[in-house]
Amino acid sequence: MFIINCPYCGERDQSEFSCGGEAHIERPKQPTELSDDQWAEYLFMRKNIKGIQFERWNHAHGCRKWFNVVRDTSNDKIHAVYKMGERPPLK
Amino acid sequence: MKNKYSIFSLIKNALSNHENWQRAWRDPEPKKEYDAIIVGGGGHGLATAYYLAKKHGMTNIAVVEKGWIGGGNTGRNTTIIRSNYLWDASAGLYDHALKIWENLSQELNYNVMFSQRGVMNLAHNLQDVRDLKRRTHANRLNGIDAVWLNTEEVKKFCPIINTSPNIRYPVLGGTLQRRAGTARHDAVAWGYARGADAMGVDIIQNCEVKGIKRNGDRVEGIETNKGFIKTKKIGVVAAGHSSVIANMAGIKLPLESKPLQALVSEPVKPIIDTVVMSNAVHAYVSQSDKGELVIGAGTDAYISYTQRGSHDVIEGTLKAILELYPIFSRMKMLRQWGGIVDICPDASPIISKTNIKGLYFNCGWGTGGFKATPGSGDLFAHTIANDEPHKLNAAFNLNRFVSGDLVDEHGAAAVAH
Amino acid sequence: MSKNLRINKNNFIDQTIRISFKFNGQKLFGFKGDTLASALLANDIHLVGRSFKYHRPRGIMTCGSEEPNAIVQIGNDPSSTEPNVRATEIELYEGLEAYSQNCWPSVNFDIGGINNFLSPLLPAGFYYKTFMWPASFWEKYEFFIRHSAGLGKSPTKPDTDLYDHQYAHCDVLIIGGGISGILSAKLAAEKGLNTILIDDKNCLGGSTIYQEDDCFKINNDYSNKWLKKEIDNFKNYPNLLIKKRTSLAAFHGYNYLLAKENLTDHLGANERKNKIRQRLWKIRAKKVVIATGSIERPLIFNNNDRPGILLSSSIKKYIDFFGVKNGNEISLFTNNDSAYETAISLNKSGVKVNTIIDIRENSTSSLVKKIQKIGINILWGHTIVNTNGYKRIKSINVQKLSANGESVVGKRIKINCDCLGMSGGWTPMVHLFTQSGGKLKFKDKDYIFIPDMNKSPSDQISVGSCNGNFELDDLISNTIKNIKIFLDLDKTIYDNLNVVCSKESEKRNIWLLPSDKPLSKTKPFLDFQNDSTAKDVKLALREGFKSIEHVKRYTTTGMGTDQGKLSNMHALGIIADTTGTNMGDLGTTTFRPPFTPLTFGSIVGRNVGEFFDHTRKTAIHDWHVENNAKFENVGQWKRAWYFPKNNETMFQAVQRESKAARDGAGILDASTLGKIDIQGTDASEFLNRVYTNAWSKLAIGKCRYGLMLNEDGMVYDDGVTTRLGENHYIMTTTTGGAANVLSKLEDYLQTEWPELDVYLTTVTDQYSTISICGPRSKNIVKKIIPDLDLSDVNFPHMSFKNSKIDNVNCRIMRISFTGEHSYEINIQSNYAKDVWIKCMEAGKEFNITPYGTETMHLLRAEKGFIITGQDTDGTLTPSDLQMDWIIGKKKYDFIGKRSLYRSDTIREDRKQLVGLLTEDPLEVLEEGAQLVEDINKKPVEMLGHVTSSYFSPNLKKSIALAVVRSGKKLKGKRLIVPMENKNINVTITDTVFYDKENKRLNA
Repeated sequence: MFIINCPYCGERDQSEFSCGGEAHIERPKQPTELSDDQWAEYLFMRKNIKGIQFERWNHAHGCRKWFNVVRDTSNDKIHAVYKMGERPPLK
Repeated sequence: MKNKYSIFSLIKNALSNHENWQRAWRDPEPKKEYDAIIVGGGGHGLATAYYLAKKHGMTNIAVVEKGWIGGGNTGRNTTIIRSNYLWDASAGLYDHALKIWENLSQELNYNVMFSQRGVMNLAHNLQDVRDLKRRTHANRLNGIDAVWLNTEEVKKFCPIINTSPNIRYPVLGGTLQRRAGTARHDAVAWGYARGADAMGVDIIQNCEVKGIKRNGDRVEGIETNKGFIKTKKIGVVAAGHSSVIANMAGIKLPLESKPLQALVSEPVKPIIDTVVMSNAVHAYVSQSDKGELVIGAGTDAYISYTQRGSHDVIEGTLKAILELYPIFSRMKMLRQWGGIVDICPDASPIISKTNIKGLYFNCGWGTGGFKATPGSGDLFAHTIANDEPHKLNAAFNLNRFVSGDLVDEHGAAAVAH
Repeated sequence: MSKNLRINKNNFIDQTIRISFKFNGQKLFGFKGDTLASALLANDIHLVGRSFKYHRPRGIMTCGSEEPNAIVQIGNDPSSTEPNVRATEIELYEGLEAYSQNCWPSVNFDIGGINNFLSPLLPAGFYYKTFMWPASFWEKYEFFIRHSAGLGKSPTKPDTDLYDHQYAHCDVLIIGGGISGILSAKLAAEKGLNTILIDDKNCLGGSTIYQEDDCFKINNDYSNKWLKKEIDNFKNYPNLLIKKRTSLAAFHGYNYLLAKENLTDHLGANERKNKIRQRLWKIRAKKVVIATGSIERPLIFNNNDRPGILLSSSIKKYIDFFGVKNGNEISLFTNNDSAYETAISLNKSGVKVNTIIDIRENSTSSLVKKIQKIGINILWGHTIVNTNGYKRIKSINVQKLSANGESVVGKRIKINCDCLGMSGGWTPMVHLFTQSGGKLKFKDKDYIFIPDMNKSPSDQISVGSCNGNFELDDLISNTIKNIKIFLDLDKTIYDNLNVVCSKESEKRNIWLLPSDKPLSKTKPFLDFQNDSTAKDVKLALREGFKSIEHVKRYTTTGMGTDQGKLSNMHALGIIADTTGTNMGDLGTTTFRPPFTPLTFGSIVGRNVGEFFDHTRKTAIHDWHVENNAKFENVGQWKRAWYFPKNNETMFQAVQRESKAARDGAGILDASTLGKIDIQGTDASEFLNRVYTNAWSKLAIGKCRYGLMLNEDGMVYDDGVTTRLGENHYIMTTTTGGAANVLSKLEDYLQTEWPELDVYLTTVTDQYSTISICGPRSKNIVKKIIPDLDLSDVNFPHMSFKNSKIDNVNCRIMRISFTGEHSYEINIQSNYAKDVWIKCMEAGKEFNITPYGTETMHLLRAEKGFIITGQDTDGTLTPSDLQMDWIIGKKKYDFIGKRSLYRSDTIREDRKQLVGLLTEDPLEVLEEGAQLVEDINKKPVEMLGHVTSSYFSPNLKKSIALAVVRSGKKLKGKRLIVPMENKNINVTITDTVFYDKENKRLNA
């Protein structure tokens, strides 16, 4: 079980958090303009990366804040944590 | 021709001190080119190769496997086989597989130990009852042997379940499929490998795919650690690593790969003679022929390729086990492990062509692919050989995520996603 | 009868406290400090069990957790019996009862022993090759296989013991209390670090604590004496927590470790009462020191499995620690110097060592010299080719090894002995390191895998013999050197230790020792519990099972309850030799947690019975209990389901409640519905985006029903939201959906629409909701709040007013889920029960009737209102529910909108919500039943299913809701509900069955 460094609360056990999957998939501003294919791309298609992944976590049993985590999915090592809206590090 | 396995061959070989058994499969180096290459030497991949050779006459084919065959989810799952799915498309798919299972040992001349000891799904609240009854009715009309059991009948069928009305989530009934059961997971991979090899299929282990070579919208071959192998058809059956292969081909899939854990207890004399699954309290358990309780845990909610999950999931599962079987408190966990399961948004698999000519994917089996192994292989072979899906896997195409025609089996898929 | 093999010398066994126990019904005695194994051995009992496959007699082989054979059933009480307990680990207590497993009728005469003679037919994997004819017979074969497999027996009654969890956070966790662990703990504690030291035994010091010999000295003291002083000195460190009888089970990522502490398993039945049996420690350590030591390897030779054959180091521990002789005439068989230590100990205790068989040509270590001085016969360059004796070893056959070690030469010598010690060198316990994700490297010289510290996955270190340091001087100096770096220490108290130790001559490693017979005629066991032999491994290789994992699975080597602690290395070695591969290139199989088996009870801890899951109760719950309510579980909530009076059945109660609600007044505890307080200047815009309908124009004081979708367009949740102020709303959600809706809304707010000024707060628990409905509801509310204007003009349907009940603020909403004139009182939860009682009293004259969820479901079905989760299943759009009116077509966007226009979601033949009436009005359909048009068509085409079904007392007939393909167009169509024993005719209708004109809302 990881330890996640919540940018608002500090280091906490993973069990306090929930994962929201791949980060930086912005909800289309004008969904009606999209084709079915484009909309499906947003809705369902994922990189599902083995390696360094940018992902969203929520401190569900804490401050309830969402933030981003850079984690290597091949070994679960967390490389960075940053707030929503902040520039992703090491991209 | 390989020597046939039977009690007589065992006796005969015993007389020669078992020195003369043939290899179950060869250990070939890859050829320069094949008519088709299956990426992934798990049960599904090996079955695909077997049926390509057997039913479609494609024998100049290879299965490439990064590690050792059957070493992924085939060798890590809890071996439950059933077909009591809700929707017609799923019922058709899984029952097709179940029918093959029923004669698979004979077909492969390899005892896969398919044991039809029944699978029972329990209901713990009123909505569970509605959902399971709905599924039971649908199964019955689809020709799948499902029956509804009330609480007393549940107790009679599996006496060690705590059916007291005073527990936190009492058992309100359950649905039973008697034709369902378990099989020996390794044997499935080995049996298909032996069968495919006998027909000339090259099974190449320790062969990792490093790239997919494309020429425009069609495939030309695979780059591997054993060099480039040319082919016009690539069937990817890489389970948790499907997206990794897809990324090599430049496409994305609607998948997330998550840890799924399981555990066994120390072996004991027979104590539970069926498979019992409970979605609501999240526990499922059976007993292996060796005597170990085989317990499936849930998935973690994050992507990981580590084959390790969090302890909380194990604790939560055993909590539920003790709620339903308080007699198991002194039983001991012998071994726990994790696999990587590729999960689709609708908890149904993908057996499909892609936009790239000659590239086919069989993936998204999530937490329950083992049961489908023979059917999945058969239908995927059909899809590859004909470049068209069989009617039984037509619904499991990639386009459903665009059109919205999903096959939502969250209720029947058993493990909370 | 049994003999006494105890010698009178020792510091670890209290020979003044005699303990009686039973083994297979025979009453025996041991002493305080014994394990079951040492007590049995003291009684000259070696034969304790039968092996898994061949049912060969097996004896105690080790003295620790690696024991493959001596596993027993403890006790026979159906709730407290425990299977598969290692006799070598369980401490003796008064009244202990143990039984041999896997034998029938007894361990001495076991019918299953016949398998030994059938063994030529039972090679590795035989079951894959047979039992296939006739096809239908597998289950019959399987019945016998299952009954002959398995070891002990599961308890059959619930466990009455308590288990516990404890969290611990520390700077340094040290695993293992042998000499390297002790040194590490001391250095950590000395630095002032918050340190935990755990050891699975009840006595610290590992094997050094009974190593008393001139060959091993520290600072001129015997190594055991020196170590004892160090341990005694631990009490001076308040920052050091020592946990004995605590075994490390799992080493997870981020230095999260689980350890199981045994608290009562060593106590007599009387002393156990009201005590916690086992405690699982969940430890987060900043740094971890693994000091788990090593275990001795057996040697692989013909018939190496007989009772009386033990690891040489175990014989030493039994004599030095427990004061027990394992026999009167002992032979030792070795490929290294360790066995000579055992010989010295035996000799010192007056036990005869008749021969040492050493496969090496010679050794010049001080230990060997000492033995030579004593005059014990050493057979250099020899090997054992066979052992004799069925239930106890009687003699061994020895022959000279050829120069290359691949065969034997010369004359066969027979040596009588009643005990044989074997030593094949040592295997570092690297399990925990690999569990944590560490990678191993192969050390050719010692034929061992050790941690590759360059590939350490977390802040941890392995020290001592688990890191491959086997000799006392190396072990101490390396431990200190490495710990200094690891803990960043300058000088330590151990910097100038003077260590003397015997230096080992090189060992001679032969994985599979030759016999005078061909391999096929011998039984050289690798995995003693699972009966897999070197022959099986070679067969697997011949059959093409190349990977170590394949060999393991095909032969079951390493899959017993000891998880291959003794067998894995030999299997690897034989594979490497047979295939001509370097062992280091082969790699090992994966070591999976737990290190030793862990009870389910300890993993679950207190979370059993009523603590299995939280129970959420409303503030009015007690009243429901007092008034005979039956409850249903909805999520974690307990909701009143119905309130039977006298001897009413559920059906009768629900019929009465439903009728009363429409005829007079009904009252419902609706407190479990989720309530989210929404505030902020963008609150209206926010609601526009999350609900399908429009919210900007909702007037303050008005309520509106909303439908929430998933982004894939499917109905997700619903509820009424009320505008309390310009920038203030209160949203209600379904009971089960409350938490998820809040999370989802927070997610959108924080990540997609951070520009919106909106704040969400859950107030589900803070406010209780009492719903009063029916034609007399107005009268009742009037009585409770006399000054509230209840006129339809000033307080119309779908509006709200702030008010007070007895000076307590409350919100009154006129909203209705039953179609009746209704009021919902929202009040701070601590007043809710009083207000409920007040309502009951005020309503007495109007026959106010409390009703539960079942009646609520019935009443809303009469009106055709959906319940999300019951009438929907995540595959239905608003249009499918015939609720097109709720889609704000003019709205630019809302969650899920785009998905409603995909090619499949716009299809007209989707499943759609309809009403159903049965031909026989008394026939109530089963919820979940399927609908078909033509029952004779094969395969049967299912058009949909029944989602809700009731007998309506108000309409005096059965009504149902269903989803049916193209249902919108099928009004009036007759369909069939095919049940197992009959077909029921139904007609598709409108979804609203009662009061279609909604007159009763204002009645």
